[in-house]
Amino acid sequence: MSDEHTTEFEPRIVAFLCNWCTYTGADLAGTSRIQYPPNVRIIRLMCSGQLDPIYVAKAVLEGADGVLIGGCHPGDCHYQSGNYKARRRVAIIHQVLEQLGFDPDRVWLRWISASEGQYFADTVTEMVATIKKKGPSPFRGQWSI
Amino acid sequence: MKGWLKVKDSTEQAINRLLETLLTNGIVDGLLVPLRTPDGRNAVPTLVRDPALLERAAPLAPVLPVNGGTVLGRVTATGALGRVGAVLRNCELRAAVELSKVRQVLLDDVLLIGVDCLGTYRVDDYARMVEEGLDPVTPALAAACDGQVEPLTSYAFRPACTMCERPIPGTGQSYAPDIAIGLLGVPNGERLWVSARDEKLGRGEVPSPLHLEPAEEPAARAEAVQTLVAARTAERDQRFVAFRERMHNPASLLTEFATCIRCQNCMRVCPICYCKECIFRTDVFDHPSARYWDWAERKGGLRLPSDTLLFHVTRMLHMAHACVGCGMCSDACPVSIPVADVFRAVGQAVQERFGYVPGRAPTEEMVIATFREDELQELG
Repeated sequence: MSDEHTTEFEPRIVAFLCNWCTYTGADLAGTSRIQYPPNVRIIRLMCSGQLDPIYVAKAVLEGADGVLIGGCHPGDCHYQSGNYKARRRVAIIHQVLEQLGFDPDRVWLRWISASEGQYFADTVTEMVATIKKKGPSPFRGQWSI
Repeated sequence: MKGWLKVKDSTEQAINRLLETLLTNGIVDGLLVPLRTPDGRNAVPTLVRDPALLERAAPLAPVLPVNGGTVLGRVTATGALGRVGAVLRNCELRAAVELSKVRQVLLDDVLLIGVDCLGTYRVDDYARMVEEGLDPVTPALAAACDGQVEPLTSYAFRPACTMCERPIPGTGQSYAPDIAIGLLGVPNGERLWVSARDEKLGRGEVPSPLHLEPAEEPAARAEAVQTLVAARTAERDQRFVAFRERMHNPASLLTEFATCIRCQNCMRVCPICYCKECIFRTDVFDHPSARYWDWAERKGGLRLPSDTLLFHVTRMLHMAHACVGCGMCSDACPVSIPVADVFRAVGQAVQERFGYVPGRAPTEEMVIATFREDELQELG
């Protein structure tokens, strides 16, 4: 098909990023003019520990093809321990989604510091490629959720 | 102290006499125990201060109108006016332990009294039995000798009970109550097996008033417990397999909850749903009309009320790790969705990941309320 590239599946990824590390890292990627795919919709949280599992559930059920949760590296949380709490919640989210027949590998947790603009861009690039292979979320466009 | 308690007339009366002893000797200041309603068709948890009321006590009535863990919270969480003795089934005990972790039950001054649970019926079924003049207790006690307890003919136990692998206080990684009353594997109508924490029974210089004949736990009891637990475990595993088979892709989730009428009863009756204000009882999901039109435009249509599946999935994420398997949710569902099967199966997966056993010990912390720095490093 000649217009294949125009109809290619473009994943929609919702990213929950902590203010102090990953969001700032994403900002650095931007100000450094590092290219990464525009498939990610960023929501800034003050801390990854602010992530209630309901945020991820809402994104998943509304048809997000992937969810990226970004926080400070272990030991570097601006609020001491928020990222450890986020990690537990992500483990719970993975277990629950798996039981419900939803691929838990659509929900990623990454530690990306404020100085890791390149790593943020690489992470998004890698995630978009991975989700493209997986295809659209089975919840995409479901009116009866 | 472990030993036999003599049964003079009936098992229920022997237990009630024990309870009366606790109350009249001042070992407890109040008892939380199921009392038969005046019409006799239900047995409801009641905070008893007057020992005379104990003639209506029905600690063996196989009915569970509310999880006793919830009501134990009512009478302890903001300061009990004395020590309460709480007569609980093992799923209620587990709920009390879980709620104590979020300080919605205070166990500091509670005397926990556990009774072997032989299975319970739905509230409406129990009422019908009473109307029909049936006695569900006597045959169950007789069958408890060898652990093969069956429901009355033409009745069924609550589905949660048939898959409850931890019905016996203090066994199967259950928190041991201060007094455990054993019905399984005992000479029915003659003696009861009682195991008690002495230090909780004497107050000051007053010695324990329980007149037990000291003995080692009889082998027949361990066998009967094992028989019952094996049958329940097999049923549980079968139901887990069935759940996982029908949950092979996310569309199955829509099927599972397709008939949900969004009454939110499951959340209201759940003893573990610990949020003081559930987000689904706030106006967070009340949107301006235009928003619904936008969403309907985008997806072609929008099921209303919106976010029904989000309600269930959020509950799984918030509390399935601490699900005690009491099955109140399934009882309360007006469209017979097997909510408890879903939450137990999902809960088991989370619990296994964290090595967490709901109701094991009040000193543990809920999965979602704590963390370790050196864990889950495969996630990052």
